[in-house]
Amino acid sequence: MIAELGHFVLVLALVVALAQALLPLYLLRREPSGGLAVAFAARASYLQVTLIGLSFAALTYAFVRSDFSLMVVFANSHAAKPMIYKIAGVWGNHEGSMLLWTLILAAYGAAFASTAKNMPARFSSFVMATQGLLGSAFLSFLLFTSNPFARLLPAPFAGQGLTPILQDPALAAHPPLLYAGYVGFSMSFAFAIAALATAGEAADGRDNAWARWMRPWILTAWIFLTLGIALGSYWAYYELGWGGFWFWDPVENASLMPWLAGTALLHSALVAETRDTLKRWTLLLAIVTFALSLSGTFLVRSGVLTSVHAFANDPERGIYILAILVGFTAGALALYAYRLPKLTPDGTFQPISREGLLLTNNIFLATATVTVFVGTIYPLVLDGLGLGKISVGAPYFNAVFAPLAVPFALLVPLGPLLNWRQGQLAPLKPWLGMGAVAALLLSLILVLLRGAASIMVLALFTASFWLVLGAGLDLGRKLAPHRAKLWRFWRLPSTAFAAPLAHGGLGVLMLGILAATQWREEIVVAASPGQEIDIASITLRYDGLREIDGPNYRSEQARLSYLTGPHAGSHLFPERRFYEAERSQTTEAAITTDLTGHLYAVVGETANDKRVLRIWYHPYVAFIWLGAVLMAAGGGFGLRTRLRRRA
Amino acid sequence: MMAKLTPKQTRLAALIGGFAFLALAAGLALTALEDNIVFFRSPSELAANPATPGEAMRVGGLVQEGSVARDGLRATFAVTDLAHTIKVSYEGMLPDLFREGQGVVAEGRFNGAGLFIADTVLAKHDETYMPPEVAEALEKSGKYNQPHPGKSQERAQ
Repeated sequence: MIAELGHFVLVLALVVALAQALLPLYLLRREPSGGLAVAFAARASYLQVTLIGLSFAALTYAFVRSDFSLMVVFANSHAAKPMIYKIAGVWGNHEGSMLLWTLILAAYGAAFASTAKNMPARFSSFVMATQGLLGSAFLSFLLFTSNPFARLLPAPFAGQGLTPILQDPALAAHPPLLYAGYVGFSMSFAFAIAALATAGEAADGRDNAWARWMRPWILTAWIFLTLGIALGSYWAYYELGWGGFWFWDPVENASLMPWLAGTALLHSALVAETRDTLKRWTLLLAIVTFALSLSGTFLVRSGVLTSVHAFANDPERGIYILAILVGFTAGALALYAYRLPKLTPDGTFQPISREGLLLTNNIFLATATVTVFVGTIYPLVLDGLGLGKISVGAPYFNAVFAPLAVPFALLVPLGPLLNWRQGQLAPLKPWLGMGAVAALLLSLILVLLRGAASIMVLALFTASFWLVLGAGLDLGRKLAPHRAKLWRFWRLPSTAFAAPLAHGGLGVLMLGILAATQWREEIVVAASPGQEIDIASITLRYDGLREIDGPNYRSEQARLSYLTGPHAGSHLFPERRFYEAERSQTTEAAITTDLTGHLYAVVGETANDKRVLRIWYHPYVAFIWLGAVLMAAGGGFGLRTRLRRRA
Repeated sequence: MMAKLTPKQTRLAALIGGFAFLALAAGLALTALEDNIVFFRSPSELAANPATPGEAMRVGGLVQEGSVARDGLRATFAVTDLAHTIKVSYEGMLPDLFREGQGVVAEGRFNGAGLFIADTVLAKHDETYMPPEVAEALEKSGKYNQPHPGKSQERAQ
């Protein structure tokens, strides 16, 4: 009954979304100033989020109650599963995750509706109509191809369970964060549509107010996407038991592309807002970023990829999402081409200026996006043409990214140090010189101490230290006027922290990647109890194995004891778990986490009465996620500035 | 100090710079692609057209029932598309979902003796799911007509 209600309100939500997409356009004709349209669209947005929220609640209820008469619950849940994973199971499957996607879309729409009065009514009407159209597309996708409330009668007694590797706290949070990022870019997309639709209407003759309104939404989406990707990477690192943090898997790339494009958008919108230039480029980027978010969903949901994420292998769904992707992108680009001449001309700028460097930043990020796109799409195209099945892996991406990363990282710190319009490098020279020498010295010392594979690695280390030092310099300069109240840090302006944290975070992330890939140690042994294992100047002893029972699994747990080093006397307990309901097995790595490195142990199968053990030492690997969190924190400070300014 | 550029010159410089950069990046991407792509070969394709030893590739199919043998850290097994088989050798830890009768993809190279030395072995993450390459190879061999062995059986109970 609850499920039928959930289904019914979803149908209602579709009707509301359609009305939200179409009626404002009609109302705008009757009353061009947009007062009527905006009033209607805002109410529709609130109603839509309420209805989809109810539907989501109904599905959650079915999962919590283990109502196996619902197909998705049967296929993805089990009565003997901890409550948190019953709830997380709602989005641990295709149908539920698309419902979550739609819910987040409607939530963004409603959040916008509540701030719409800060913008001209015509502009807000177009934003909300676009959101309504997107909502209709995804709601109809849900209802026609992926109904989460499909029944299975007679109801089975037990469910098939959730894939065990998905039963993990990080993975419960990963899809909502990632979707909040992907879907957040629907806002900048809708703003771009509204900006194009109302081009030439600005009272001050400068068509760039939209860039200011767009910025907080881009920032929000970007923060979520950054955290979502970082969490996914961390999950893959500790849960898959492969000891890696990024595999250049097509699905990972699918999330990286909108991130790169979104980062470019974040910076170009700043130029459009401040200097009334790069407007056309920014609008194009807003469209492309969302198109990449959608193609991420397409790649993941259509089953064209071999991946952890490929839930469904249903071509009908793939085609539907492809149609949504092509329809929205082509429609937006047509509008772009048609309305572009209406935009007021861009202002001009000098190469040595903040906007000049931000343009360079955009060129680099766009290039990086294209290279990831090529590496991800090329195998699909080749396969589609029947020219063979290939895979493009880490070597390609490393070969492309390393030479791009060095000049990019060298230029990043200069941006915030230069002024808008006409920057002066001369007064900065002593600082930059010192920074360059310090960065080079630091990396030389490291490389001499620990070794490096190539000159490229040395260059990358130098560039990363340069980023961190440059961020410090930027922060110092921004805080200098506030010297007197440094101790009351909460009173300091948030804007001083935004760029330094984000840029420094990138440096920290790059240092983590470099250290973890360059100095990693790995050992695989077949051990009998009592055997000693040496890795990274630490000695471990394998003590043996015992069997334990978990809530919904059985486990073989190995014990390793530290004989030397700072953790001497403590133990590691890697496990191999067998999940009864799902009839599948997972590896639970045991990890000792220090800021300077992780010791990572995994237990394998039996080999001639011995146990296969695989142990890694990952130096400074935590810096990767720490860097990502710093970047997101920088975004958070930027957002805080924005929200305060508006208040 | 750089001379002030006129708006037109700036735009032209930006355009030329942008294009030069894109060309450079395209060149970089293409050379990297050339050196780093790895082809997938099915056992039947390899039987018809044997590979040169030392060439990096991916092979895949089902792990033949009863073919898995372990000797310390080294595991050997046969990968089959039900028409032909390849012998694969791998040293290290096999993935969780590696099982006889299940689909796998192995990445590595053939040695002189026709044994495939795998650097990595990938098994599916989900037992209902077959790597597309493997599913297609099985379909082509014409001896396989049950796309989802795991759950379809369970569901039929």
